[in-house]
Formats: sequence, structure tokens, C-alpha cells
Amino acid sequence: MHKATIQLGTLTCPSCLQKIDNAVKSLEGVDKESVNVLFNSSKVKFNFDAEKLSIEKIENAIIALGYEVKKSQVRKI
Amino acid sequence: MLQRFILSKKNHIALLGGILIAIGFISKFGFGNVDIFHLALIIASVLGIAPIAIQAFQALKVKVVSIDVLVTIAVTGAFLIKNFEESAIVTFLFLFGAYLEQRTLNKTRSAIKELTEMAPESALKQMENGEFEEVEVDEVDVGDILLVKTGAKVPVDGTVLTGEGHINEASITGESVPVGKKKDSQVFAGTILENGTLQIVADRVGEDTTFGKIIELVEEAQDSKSEAERFIDRFSKYYTPAVLVLAIIIWLILRDIELAITILVLGCPGALVIGVPVSNVAGIGNGARNGVLLKGSEVINDFSNVDAVIFDKTGTLTIGNPKVADREFYADNIDEVLGYLASVENESDHPLAKAVVEHIGDTKLYPVENTDVVKGGGIVARVNGHRVAVGNVFLMEQENVHLNEKVREDIARFEQKGNSLVLTSVDGELKVLMGIRDRIRPGVKEDLQKLKKLGVKSLIVLSGDNQGTVDLVARELGLTKAYGHMLPEDKSAYIEKLQAKGQIVAFVGDGVNDSPSLALADIGIAMGSGTDVAIETSDVVLMNSDFSRLPHALGLTKATANNMRQNIVIAIGVVLVLLTALFFSEWMNMSIGMLVHEASILVVILNGMRLLRYRLR
Repeated sequence: MHKATIQLGTLTCPSCLQKIDNAVKSLEGVDKESVNVLFNSSKVKFNFDAEKLSIEKIENAIIALGYEVKKSQVRKI
Repeated sequence: MLQRFILSKKNHIALLGGILIAIGFISKFGFGNVDIFHLALIIASVLGIAPIAIQAFQALKVKVVSIDVLVTIAVTGAFLIKNFEESAIVTFLFLFGAYLEQRTLNKTRSAIKELTEMAPESALKQMENGEFEEVEVDEVDVGDILLVKTGAKVPVDGTVLTGEGHINEASITGESVPVGKKKDSQVFAGTILENGTLQIVADRVGEDTTFGKIIELVEEAQDSKSEAERFIDRFSKYYTPAVLVLAIIIWLILRDIELAITILVLGCPGALVIGVPVSNVAGIGNGARNGVLLKGSEVINDFSNVDAVIFDKTGTLTIGNPKVADREFYADNIDEVLGYLASVENESDHPLAKAVVEHIGDTKLYPVENTDVVKGGGIVARVNGHRVAVGNVFLMEQENVHLNEKVREDIARFEQKGNSLVLTSVDGELKVLMGIRDRIRPGVKEDLQKLKKLGVKSLIVLSGDNQGTVDLVARELGLTKAYGHMLPEDKSAYIEKLQAKGQIVAFVGDGVNDSPSLALADIGIAMGSGTDVAIETSDVVLMNSDFSRLPHALGLTKATANNMRQNIVIAIGVVLVLLTALFFSEWMNMSIGMLVHEASILVVILNGMRLLRYRLR
């Protein structure tokens, strides 16, 4: 398992949270329980299985929703 | 690609829409030209709905009925019944509102952003060839050797290998007087080297550093949710689809498209979902700027309702650097006894023991054997063939040491002056009585008065010290209750007793020897100078052990909790007023609804922003 933190552009609407939350959760290989979208710090934190999907794929899913991805950090846990 | 382009130009579209609407109205009312009026509004509607519709579509794809969905349907409906005025104005207000929200939200988050931006980004790391090269701070591992130059930020927590300098540790301790560092000194990430050059070895990196922990704590705190907030979240998850269903039902029954789409706009939950997080982030940001770390909105809620604040004495109400103030000898071989005493006390790191050793100064030390620490009493040991007991009256009784009339009078006199007592017996006979006193922190009395003014019902001190000393401190500071002779488990039991009576209890301690009480209290407040234990076990951390920040912390949580309530009232009030107006008045329409909604969102954000400037009067 890997732990990822993605820094997004400023989030302003609370429904953005739901969208990003659902989008990341719907990806195969992401630990659904661990997904946490932080409104004020505009970050997404989650655990995922790096063998099933790459961080780029997750980033792209968020970008496709129209949100900016500034920086990702992945750590093995 | 096109979608992303449109979304990135959202603000421009809002501006363009505004201009088109202005042109339309000027041509209608200035020149009486209705064709241009319609044309301008149609273009404004189509342009404006594009980014909103894209967002709505994306939301539906991940099964979320968002505000965008409601607005898109409403605007499309207005467009189809040829009400271009409504469709254009609603899209413009929605986009322009979003722009203003982003601008003002950034302001409420600015305090915390300032903190996170203090995090070091690069480091000069020694490479295999011995040269130092600039690398990203993420690439530094434990054990790496780093060079820190004058004016640079220390990138990690580490130990100085070579060099000397002065470091400003304000980011960790809140204290801006530079601290001297030389070989083997500890240095902390995020602090600034004001002069000199240091080579350090990395001990902890990234999130494990003290600064990293503070940032993580504050970042998580600003997004932590209270029970009320989680309720609002769950509520809005069903609320938005419910508005959609309501509109459809009204349309099916009354066949009134105008009314149905107006309900869609009026029902938007805008301010409700954003109101509480905005107060939260501004309140926690104010704290972070003023040396108070608040761990989330649950803590803010609890602390704002606190009934009783319990203090540890030593190191919290007092400075924690006690000194021997009075002494009596009951022996002839004083030098020898003092030597025994110093030898025994040397074994202990108790603050009173340190004061005794410091007071005796240079003396002949003896080997100490069979040391036995008596909990809540003192130390018994064998020194130079004698049984030596050092501790309080309780220990002397346990050791069957006879205390005669004169000694008892001395003890009473010492206690009355506010001394903690250290008695020394050799082979069952009392030899020395020492009275040790600690100074009360300057300003504590005024700070406690402020707490009372803020509505704290009882201020209580619990201490392991003797009752006389504790009473004296309590009298001097105007505390409600004072209990001495308390062991750590007695303190916990006392807290539980108050909680059983339904009181909300805060405990203020130094975070090291009071961790059970800190954890047990509803609000654990640590007087931390950036120590890990303090940061981890407590709910509120007062940076740099600054007691005077306690009233600010309480006042701030009260102001923040109030602010959240105001925002909830504003948000719910607006929806209620709008819906009532829709059914009972003639003037309500989509545009006014949208205007009021966007205005209410701005009002809750601006209201939250007031917290950034909060100061205790």
C-alpha cells in the first residue's frame, strides 16, 4: 500500500469535495475508507495499491473533473 | 480539452456576461432596442451556462447532485420558456459569486497558509564527493550531513556537527530572541540561522520533525469536523437532490415551469455548507498566529463551553524553578549530613531535589546504595552505612522518625510561608528541614481573572505539594479550590468526579508528568515549548509555555463557536425567507433568489473573516 497526498488548486465549493471524493473512490485499487478530501487545505489524502494503478491515473481523474493538481507526494506504508 | 479551457476561463466568462447584460439593458432602456437586448442576453446565457453545465455533468458522472446541477436545469428551463433576462442574470451572478467566494476564502485561509509557507523547501546536502549541493528537502534522509548558511532555514531536525551560530526559533517556540547553537546542540526544522554557519546531521526529516508535526496538526485541525458539521454534510447530501425532486413534483402537479425552476435556484444550499468550515479555518488560523494550537472544531466547541479549569501547580502556575528559601538543622555533624543529602538527591531529577543540590553546592559526595523511591513520599537509601530518608512528613512517619514539638512548629511556620518541605533523617533521626519555594509566574493572576470574566465557573489547582503551599498559591491567585498531596492518579480521579457531575473540564499542565490527566480531561491544554509529547497528547497547545495565551485561547474558541452559530442561522434563515417570499409575495424571482444566495455566502465568509482579527479585550 502507498499513502498519497495530492495538493489541489484552491477548493471553493463544498460540492467539489463530494465530486472529488466519489471520483477517487470509484477508481479500482484505491482504499475507499482512507479517502479524505480536505476543504480548507485543498488536499486529498488516500491509500492506494501502486500495483493496480499509478498515481498519474488518479491525478488525471481529478484533472478530468476540472480541478488543478499542484503536487503529489507518495510514500510507502 | 475544450471543457478544461472553458473551466479555466470561468472568471473571464463572468466578466463578459456582466458586460453583455449591461449592453442589453442600456440598449433596451436607453435606446428602446429590444432585439439587441434579447441577443445580448441570449449570448450571455449560453456563454455563462457552459462552465456550469460542464461541472454539473461531471458531478452527475460521479453520482453527485450538486448545486451546479440545480442551476443548470433552472437556467435551461428559463431559456426554454424564453425568459432570457433571468437565464442571463442567474448565470452571471452564480459565476461572479464563485469568483468572489474564491477571493474571500483565500483570505480566511491566509493565516494558516503563512504558517505552512514557512516550511523549508531546499537543503544543502553533502554528496559522495564531499561537496555540498542544493537539493529538495524531500530528498534529505536521516543521517545526511547538511550545511546551513546565515539567513537560511534549517531544513530538518538535527544535531550540530561543527560551527556556531544564533538561531531564531520563533516558528517552533514563539520566542524570537535568538538562541546560541554550537557542537552537539539540537536544531529544529523551520527555524532561521541569523548568523554563523553550521554543519548538521539530520535526525528527523519531513513530517517527523517538530515543525512538520505542528503543520500537520494545524492542517488537519482546520478540516476536522464536529458532530454538528458532519450532520450538515449528511443533510446537504440529501437536501440538494430533495430540492430537485420537490421542483419536479411542483412542475408535474401545477404545470408551472416558472415556479419549478425558481424553487431550484432558491433551494440551493450555498451558505449552509460553507459557513461552519469558514469559521473554523479563520479561528484556528488566528490561534496559530498567536501561539495557540487548537486541534479542530470539536475542541473549539468543548472549550467554549468549559465549566472548570484545573491547573497543575509546578511549572504551570509557578515558574517551575524552585529554590531553597528556609532551613533548620537539628544536628551537630551538619557537613556530613549535607553530604549524605546531596548524594541522595543527586540520584533524582525531581525539581525539589535539583533545588536542594543547587543549594548545598560543592560538598563531599558518598556512594549511594539500595535507593528506594517511595511514591508520593521521597527517597530512602543507604549512604556510608547509614539509612538516609529524604522526603516529606508522610515519609518521616513511615520511617518512624520522631518529630518533636519544636520541629512541628518549624514545619507549620515553613508551610505558612508557602514552602514545600524536604526533611532528611539519618538512621531514624531528623537532621535537616528545608523549605523550598517556587515563584508564581508574573501576570498569572490577571490571566486567571480574565478566565473568570469569560465565564469559567471554577478554577482549581491540584498539586502533589503540601496543602499549606497550595493554599497559599490559591489565596494569592484567587482560585476557587486548592488540593494538595495529590498523586497523578488522584488528579485523574478528581477530573472524573467533576465529569460525572456533568461538568466540562479543562486541564492545564506541562504535558510531561500529567499526561493521564491531559488525556482524560475534555480539553487537555499543554504548556508546550514545542515538545512532541505536548503536541501529541493535548487538545490545545500554548506555544513557548506562555500562560498569558490561555485567556486568548478561551476567548477565541468562544468567538469561533459563536461565529459558527451565526453562520448557520444566516444560512438557514436565508433559505426560509426566500421560500416564504416565493409563496407569499409577488416580487420573488430567480434572479433575486440567486442574488440573495450569493450575497449570503459572501456574508458568512466575511463574518468568518472577522475571527482573523479577534483579540481579547
